[in-house]
Amino acid sequence: MKDLDRISSAASLAAGRRPSPEAAPTAARRLAYLKERVIESLLFLAAFSSVAITLGIVGTLIYESSTFFAHVPLWDFLTDTLWTPLFASPRFGIVPLIAGTLVTTAVALMVALPIGTVVAIYLSEFAPPTLREIVKPTLELLSAVPTVVYGYFALQFMSPLLQKLIPGLPTFNMLSAGVVMGIMIIPYVSSLSEDAMRAVPMALREGAYALGANKIVTALRVVYPAALSGIVSSYILAISRAIGETMIVAIAAGMQPNLTLDPREPAATITAFIVQVSLGDLPHGSIGYQSIFAAGITLFLLTLVFNILGYVLRRRFREVY
Amino acid sequence: MSDFRRIIAKRKRQDFVFNIVGIVCTLVGIVTLGALLFNLLSDGLARLDWTFLTSFPSRFAARAGILSSWVGTLLIMFVTACAAVPLGVAAGVYLEEYARRNWVTNLIEINIANLAGVPSIIYGLMALGLLVYQFRLGQSILTGGLTLAFLILPIVIVATREALRTIPQGIREAAYALGSTKWQVVRHHLLPYSVGGTMTGIIIALSRAIGETAPLITIGALTFIAFLPPSPVKSAPPFVSSEWLFSPFSVLPIQMFNWVSRPDQDFVVNAAGAGLVLIIVTLSLNAVAILIRYRVRKRIKW
Repeated sequence: MKDLDRISSAASLAAGRRPSPEAAPTAARRLAYLKERVIESLLFLAAFSSVAITLGIVGTLIYESSTFFAHVPLWDFLTDTLWTPLFASPRFGIVPLIAGTLVTTAVALMVALPIGTVVAIYLSEFAPPTLREIVKPTLELLSAVPTVVYGYFALQFMSPLLQKLIPGLPTFNMLSAGVVMGIMIIPYVSSLSEDAMRAVPMALREGAYALGANKIVTALRVVYPAALSGIVSSYILAISRAIGETMIVAIAAGMQPNLTLDPREPAATITAFIVQVSLGDLPHGSIGYQSIFAAGITLFLLTLVFNILGYVLRRRFREVY
Repeated sequence: MSDFRRIIAKRKRQDFVFNIVGIVCTLVGIVTLGALLFNLLSDGLARLDWTFLTSFPSRFAARAGILSSWVGTLLIMFVTACAAVPLGVAAGVYLEEYARRNWVTNLIEINIANLAGVPSIIYGLMALGLLVYQFRLGQSILTGGLTLAFLILPIVIVATREALRTIPQGIREAAYALGSTKWQVVRHHLLPYSVGGTMTGIIIALSRAIGETAPLITIGALTFIAFLPPSPVKSAPPFVSSEWLFSPFSVLPIQMFNWVSRPDQDFVVNAAGAGLVLIIVTLSLNAVAILIRYRVRKRIKW
């Protein structure tokens, strides 16, 4: 009888209920109950720590850049075309850094999106399963290589290679940084898109085949649109990665702010600027120190825009089977 | 009839052509990976020897080594693992086993998905403003380790949740039927059964943290350091010391970055050597993770 009692109270503990008043709560049982509640609270705090990190990020960026924007009017920040925060007469126009970021990102996407999509279609619809099981993890190793190693590769291998193809290309240029960055993010596109395409029900493909379509037409006209929600989110992830990528551009694209849309020229990105300033020894509270937070909040907002866009697109293109 | 044949032939040709295009595109990635490894090996292999691993950096390329940076990497990884693993696993357990469907849970889940998309250098800025200057932890190993722990936390949480999700509901119900409390179920059943999947995720996360450069540069890691942090073990009681936590540091990727950005070709060779060490470590960690995943899949049959 006593055992039965214990079981029932344990069961109600497990269900997160208070033991019923009939099962006269002994001190031991109360302790056990208390222990369960304490553990649950600790686990909740661990989960909530991720929210605290986000608050820390947003709070720090806003706090540190607010002093920056007290010195530099927001309008100048957005419209001035010169970024020279460490000069004697500093100018704070973010436009050149944004241009550098967008150009390297565009080059990377021109490499990663087509190649990644074709690889995804090939692996999901064409390749024999054994080949897929080998190729997919091998490609994923591309995203495991440290980015500083990619920076070395872009500067020491890709740049000389491209210089042979494009005469007059300087050693530091956005093109080689962008191309290498694009190859690095291929697996983000290919793996996630392939997962999305493989989740498309077989019946849709069979329907297409029954109407006389071949594999490629089925893949492009049936499977690709059906998996669009997953594919779009892989594209958005690739964009976020490219915008936030730091070491490749810091090493291979040069660190001079340069307002240009020509990928053959060297230019600094937002991330490269933050690295460049951090390498020096700036006093805490100086305008140079604050400028990296202003650059950081711009970068954060840029990626946030794409994350939200991805969320919206995912909902719009979601196919319910 | 011949029309029909022609159409069939055309469609088969289309498929054939795409097969070729697909193989070529797949090869782009694999060939690049090969070229990168070959490039590092041909530049850096000659530099890779015992003295390179046991020397401090130097103004003279031929005498420079990576001792202080690999020790730094090791210590940072220790701090990162100590912070990220308990926190991430606990958060994963809460979200998968305890959390009720309400707005707080939703907030946490959306937040974790968003954190995974924040560029790593932003974590560095946060750590610089918050840990270095507000909490006054300094530009130390502790700050660096915590920064990377924040960075990989979402990966650990997601891996833990996925591992827990593969455990059949029947296991939980059987344990409850025998009178286990919720925590007993987690402690004695769910955590041991999910350890393979969780470990895979943790190793992948740590291999990512090892290669991270930008956030550590941002918090002010040194690019040239010719001494080791104080030893954590002392000869006098209490025998352990936490002094090393507050020591300045450098890590392998920063050392490599420092060398690669110098015009002197001899230092570039050093960079290749450091890169080789870095890539050997990250690729072997990934191999271990794949191996664990494979063995777990083979062993467990629910």
